[in-house]
Amino acid sequence: MNRLTYIGISIAVLFILVAIFAPFVATYDVTAQNLSMRYISPSGEHWFGTDALGRDVFSRVVYGARISLQVGITVVVVSTVIGTFLGALAGFYGGFIDKFLSGYVFNVFLAFPGLLLAIALVAFLGAGLGKLILALCIIGWVGYARVIRGQVLKVREYDFVQAARALGASNMRILFTHILPNAIQPLIVQASLGMAGAVLSEASLSFLGLGIPPPAPSWGTMIEEARGLDILYNAPHVLFFPGIAIALTVLAFNFIGDGLREYLDPKQRKR
Amino acid sequence: MKYKILNFARQLALTLLVIWTVVSLVTLLIELVPGDPATTILGETASMEQIADFNRKHGLDRPAFFFSYNSAEGFDWNGADNRYVDYWLGLLQGDLGTSFRTDRPVLDMILERYPSTIMLAIVSMIIAVSIAIPLGVLAGTNKNTLIDNFSSFVALLGISLPTFVIGPFLVYLFAVKFQIFAPTGSANPEDIILPAVTLGAALSAILTRMVRSSVIEELGEDYVRTARAKGLSERKVVYKHVLKNGLIPVVTILGLQLGVLLAGAIITEKIFNWQGLGLLLLDDGIGKRDYRLVQGCVLVISVTYILANSLTDLVYRWLDPRIRLS
Repeated sequence: MNRLTYIGISIAVLFILVAIFAPFVATYDVTAQNLSMRYISPSGEHWFGTDALGRDVFSRVVYGARISLQVGITVVVVSTVIGTFLGALAGFYGGFIDKFLSGYVFNVFLAFPGLLLAIALVAFLGAGLGKLILALCIIGWVGYARVIRGQVLKVREYDFVQAARALGASNMRILFTHILPNAIQPLIVQASLGMAGAVLSEASLSFLGLGIPPPAPSWGTMIEEARGLDILYNAPHVLFFPGIAIALTVLAFNFIGDGLREYLDPKQRKR
Repeated sequence: MKYKILNFARQLALTLLVIWTVVSLVTLLIELVPGDPATTILGETASMEQIADFNRKHGLDRPAFFFSYNSAEGFDWNGADNRYVDYWLGLLQGDLGTSFRTDRPVLDMILERYPSTIMLAIVSMIIAVSIAIPLGVLAGTNKNTLIDNFSSFVALLGISLPTFVIGPFLVYLFAVKFQIFAPTGSANPEDIILPAVTLGAALSAILTRMVRSSVIEELGEDYVRTARAKGLSERKVVYKHVLKNGLIPVVTILGLQLGVLLAGAIITEKIFNWQGLGLLLLDDGIGKRDYRLVQGCVLVISVTYILANSLTDLVYRWLDPRIRLS
């Protein structure tokens, strides 16, 4: 694995630790307003300064990691389960099932611009954490399904699968104990890139006011609140820190995904 | 030839099928709205009569689909007399329905705003290409040097910084700090630059990486050696021969990204208060709960996206003889 992958892993570990131990890392209450302390520049007391309502930006960024992690992990896990199930079904059974799933259903979901579908779903369902996660899972699963289908198609032709079949193993047994364990490796890459995508989508939707409603400290909401011209004039740090947090997190998971892909694919490793 | 036509027909059929599904989904999305759209629009104080009027005007008093289900009566067959069919019939006549708020045809509202979104997308594409090609060629011809690393770093930044982070940063730098551009709006021609750069940043980063790897790959080909052997200058080799072949995958990405740009413009338009389709969807549609308008906007954006992708696929096949002939 290359250097960037290790940098990615370090940032991701830091992000996860900060998210888990947020109550110990944060220095102030995230929703506590103090109007006499508005727009304070970064200092020893407020490391990242304070925002328009006098809230501590550092503590909010720390708790923002928690929201991102929560959304990211839920979306990745649910999407992986749904995607693996449908992808395996398509790849293993082939024939009509495959034609319907990969030829039609997958294509429909790939054809829709992901963010737009999420926006549409949230617009009609209403905003909130649960609905946001639901929308991101609906746009997310198809990536995993495609990867798994391709893998299952490959693995099912291997000799050991034929051997298992000759020994009289049932379809389910072949799929779950023989094929899937040998097919899930690329899922790790997909999951890492999916984590980056989910964090980004959550922030995007929150930025548009369609995600987690304020005063919850989502990074997207924080940027939305910080882009008013008076804030940019008086306190650009309110924009700067959540922006850096999103960029670093997305970058880290992309690094890990790219690095793992290279690591798992010897053809790319040489380049 | 026969295979070519067959292939084309299959592609066309799939595109139509996908469009049909997307339209159906969007049509039915309105059923997801919790509660009753009429009460949401007219407010809690609306009289029964007003609500009934509203529902009649927008066809909401009719059944939603071919069949309905409720726990008391079970499945109920409604026949073709339903809202789903209504919407389709309207669509086929170029009618996207009437706005719940303004009573104007949704299509008119969309057509008013669509040109500014398309313009934004095109300008951002031009900016992205004019940054990416020189930077990518420079990086590719100077592989593993300081220039290469620098351009890789810039590309990485462009990919990992989301639009809604780049946008406000650009506003801070160029509108607040140096006051070169107006922070929002579209009053002057140059006002398009900040939004277009914001929207095109990711694309230009992706393109730079593509041009770079494309150039590196092509530089190893035999025809490059031939060109050099016959004494062409390195400049001519790169710009006349290598770039011409290396740009084929770039064209594909450009086409695929046109759809992404149109969809991604939603965020950029919000940042810069750019009066395009995205802002229409967000402010007038979602913000005012004008569900008919939301349906129309989502429909137009996604169908454009699908068509752009299908067209790109065709152009790509036509451009690259290896794919055309296989």
